[in-house]
Amino acid sequence: MTVLDVEDLRVDIRTRTGALPIVRGVSFTLARGTTLGLVGESGSGKSMTALAIMRLLPKAAAISGAIRLHGEDLLQADEARMCRIRGDRIAMVFQEPMTALNPLHRIGDQIAETLILHRDMPRRAALDEAAGLLDRVGIREARARLSAYPHQLSGGQRQRVMIAMALACRPDVLIADEPTSALDVTVQAQVIDLLRGLVDEFGMALVLISHDLGVIGRLADRVMVMYGGAIMEQGSTRAVFTTRAHPYTQGLFAALPGRGARKGRRLAAIPGTVSTPDALPRGCPFHGRCPRGQDVCRDNAPPVVEIGGSRAACFFPGP
Amino acid sequence: MKTPAVSVVVRHPALAAGAAITLLLAMVALVSLVWTPHPYTDMNIAMRLQPPSARHWLGTDQFGRDILSMLMAGSRNSFAVGFVAVGIGLGIGVALGTTAAVRGGIVDDAVMRLADFTFAFPAVLSAIMITAWLGPGAVNAIIAIGIFNIPVFARLSRGSALQVLSRDFILAARAAGKGMARITLEHVLPNIAGILVVQATIQFALAILAEAGLAYLGLGTQPPNPSWGRMLNEAQTFMHRSPWLAIFPGAAIALAVFGFNLLGDGLRDLIDPRLRRARS
Amino acid sequence: MAAWSRRSRLDPMLALLARRVIGFVLTLLAAAAVVFVVMEVLPGDPAAVMLGVQATPETLAALRAEFGLDRPAPVRFATWIIDLLRGDLGISYTYRVPVAGLIAERLAITVPLALLSIALSTAIALPLGILAAARQDRPADAGIMVFSQIGVAVPNFWFALLLVLLFSVTLGWLPSGGFPGWQSGIGAALAALALPAISLALPQAAILARVTRSAVLDALGEDYVRTARAKGLTRAATLRRHVLRNALIPVVTIMGLQFSFLLAGAIIIENVFYLPGLGRLVFQAIAQRDLIVVRDVVLLLAAMVIFINFVVDVLYALIDPRLRDWRT
Repeated sequence: MTVLDVEDLRVDIRTRTGALPIVRGVSFTLARGTTLGLVGESGSGKSMTALAIMRLLPKAAAISGAIRLHGEDLLQADEARMCRIRGDRIAMVFQEPMTALNPLHRIGDQIAETLILHRDMPRRAALDEAAGLLDRVGIREARARLSAYPHQLSGGQRQRVMIAMALACRPDVLIADEPTSALDVTVQAQVIDLLRGLVDEFGMALVLISHDLGVIGRLADRVMVMYGGAIMEQGSTRAVFTTRAHPYTQGLFAALPGRGARKGRRLAAIPGTVSTPDALPRGCPFHGRCPRGQDVCRDNAPPVVEIGGSRAACFFPGP
Repeated sequence: MKTPAVSVVVRHPALAAGAAITLLLAMVALVSLVWTPHPYTDMNIAMRLQPPSARHWLGTDQFGRDILSMLMAGSRNSFAVGFVAVGIGLGIGVALGTTAAVRGGIVDDAVMRLADFTFAFPAVLSAIMITAWLGPGAVNAIIAIGIFNIPVFARLSRGSALQVLSRDFILAARAAGKGMARITLEHVLPNIAGILVVQATIQFALAILAEAGLAYLGLGTQPPNPSWGRMLNEAQTFMHRSPWLAIFPGAAIALAVFGFNLLGDGLRDLIDPRLRRARS
Repeated sequence: MAAWSRRSRLDPMLALLARRVIGFVLTLLAAAAVVFVVMEVLPGDPAAVMLGVQATPETLAALRAEFGLDRPAPVRFATWIIDLLRGDLGISYTYRVPVAGLIAERLAITVPLALLSIALSTAIALPLGILAAARQDRPADAGIMVFSQIGVAVPNFWFALLLVLLFSVTLGWLPSGGFPGWQSGIGAALAALALPAISLALPQAAILARVTRSAVLDALGEDYVRTARAKGLTRAATLRRHVLRNALIPVVTIMGLQFSFLLAGAIIIENVFYLPGLGRLVFQAIAQRDLIVVRDVVLLLAAMVIFINFVVDVLYALIDPRLRDWRT
């Protein structure tokens, strides 16, 4: 059953010198209980795609296409409607657990806030529920911890609190933007296991954003590789990971330092740096860094080709 | 094609306005050295407390002196106060601040505690005490204001110097065998000059304001030297009859302070756009 | 480990308070020492000033003995501090009355004046600053910022004169100066304090509005604001529940700093309006070399500034739980 259907999503940032495309025609569908991995270097447009779904882009962003949640196009919804959807039907977990929680409020109140807002619960009942959620995400002595402040928790605990907060209303879609990137390796594994358990238990659809192929490989059913705001390759995780049809996907894998990729690892195997949106060629955004790049790639949008169950946008795809 | 000057006005209107106001005032001060509509010390009891007219554009005071001429001459006083008071603060403050940053340890602690302590006393009160004991007068007022500029610049230059000192090129310079004194002169000062200029502009405005306050209390510039603050003091007595006496000198002070503040803010934007929001 | 449990929540706060009180007393003592030394170093023999041209060596010596000026400095410092602790502030050279009574009389004007102008500037500045931040780079923001620039540039004593011109000379609504005393009714007393309080409040409000604006803008840029929006809070609810309290910290800092400017401003403004307050007292005492009064009032002013810093520190800890834990 399709929960989220994104069609030809485009985001442009209006600047003094014109509009900069930062998301360029992204389409995907997401079914209940499945996980979509969004992978790419920083600046590839994956976080912007997430914020676009939440309709939380900066004011200067212009957005087009369609984002359908159970068939309702969120781009047509007004702000009041979006406020009812956010946190209730679509929730989000951010990268930095250190700063994503309000330092001045007790974590119990921060979790309860969502419930009070969307479920009209009295504070006491919301706090009871929050304790249950904290327990579910693996925080010991959950009830006592309700009155803790964020600075009294470790990074991993804070990320669990963030997840509990996002889960509060049992959303249909959970967007996790680099949920493990700021955490220690051992804690990363725990948070990944937690997320996997939650998807199975609640039947949520999970959009997992990461630059870490290891994390994506362990959690995602389907993968979407993004570069320069466009989809380079997508398919089932197995197909994309084995076929690696797009030269950019190959570059990402070549940059892996063996199994168990470390966090914050630079993709040193791909020459050059991510192009800024104003310097992108008209055709394939990867042109210029691509080992197979030809003139045709620069001037024309590449065709989408299916190889081994994986769909790559490339003139010269293949392993 | 826009000329550079036009593009500054368009992109930094505050900077342009501030520069225009301060330039105008500087020109008035310079012109007043050679020409004022009337000699500003000329008294004429027959013409006392005249409202603005074709002969006296801004009217006359209780001694029949021309207000416009006094205001023009008074701008010299404000510029002198600003330059000297800020100069004192800048010279001593930057020396203390960079020394504290470079030397660290006890020197640093001592300088910073001293700065903290100076801040704990209301500056105008201390300035009043200083001028009261040294005796009222322009020079003593300027010294008093200058003293309170010292901790401002000491703190700022210490903080900025520490940032510069933590950068790699300092290490490179040390590795090249340069002494700390030379590094301070060659690398630290040029790198903190921008932020110091910005602060100096703001302090210039504050100095004008403070001197006006002291002069209003009778502790600043003494007659017959014209001063905007003292003109206001004298105006208060005759305010009921001749309100313009109270309006024009205050407007002159406000315009000068406004101009220098705008200039300082504009320069800050120009030097570091990231600070735009953080300024206060 | 138990730092987050309910039981221990009060303890760090108490410990913090105790530390701050000790710091307060020590700073006060240091301030007293500085005031005393400054009085010693600065020229001007109060006995000579009081006696003027009639001074003879004999009368000078007698007067010095009367005020204890003939004793060594450390003894006089100790005596001063001990007398202060006993509530005895000494006798004014010029007024020949106990300084304690003199100060109490003047405080009854200066303290209400300061409180009025703080209340006024806060009531003006906070809403304006928040509004400017919420409407960043739009006409309301630009207008508020221009108001702020002008408010900072206008000397408060000139603004006071303009207020007198308008409300006293032209409209005749409010008195242009003097103080009828509290015994003549709250209304009359407040009317006398209205214009002074407004003129003191204007520059403070101008600065505070700018600080509030940038503090709110900084807080709006924080990650937890995005979290709050992702929860489904509206823009306004986010501002109310998550931004304002975080923005309060720099605002409280500036309000604390402004208190010392307020005291300084009161010296000038009390002179504009002929208000017999503390500012006018110290101004006249300095002019008349009334060292006892100067010394006590300056120490009192410094104590007020230090006390406000103390209050600000405690407020920080009330606002920000991180400071309750770290500083203990």
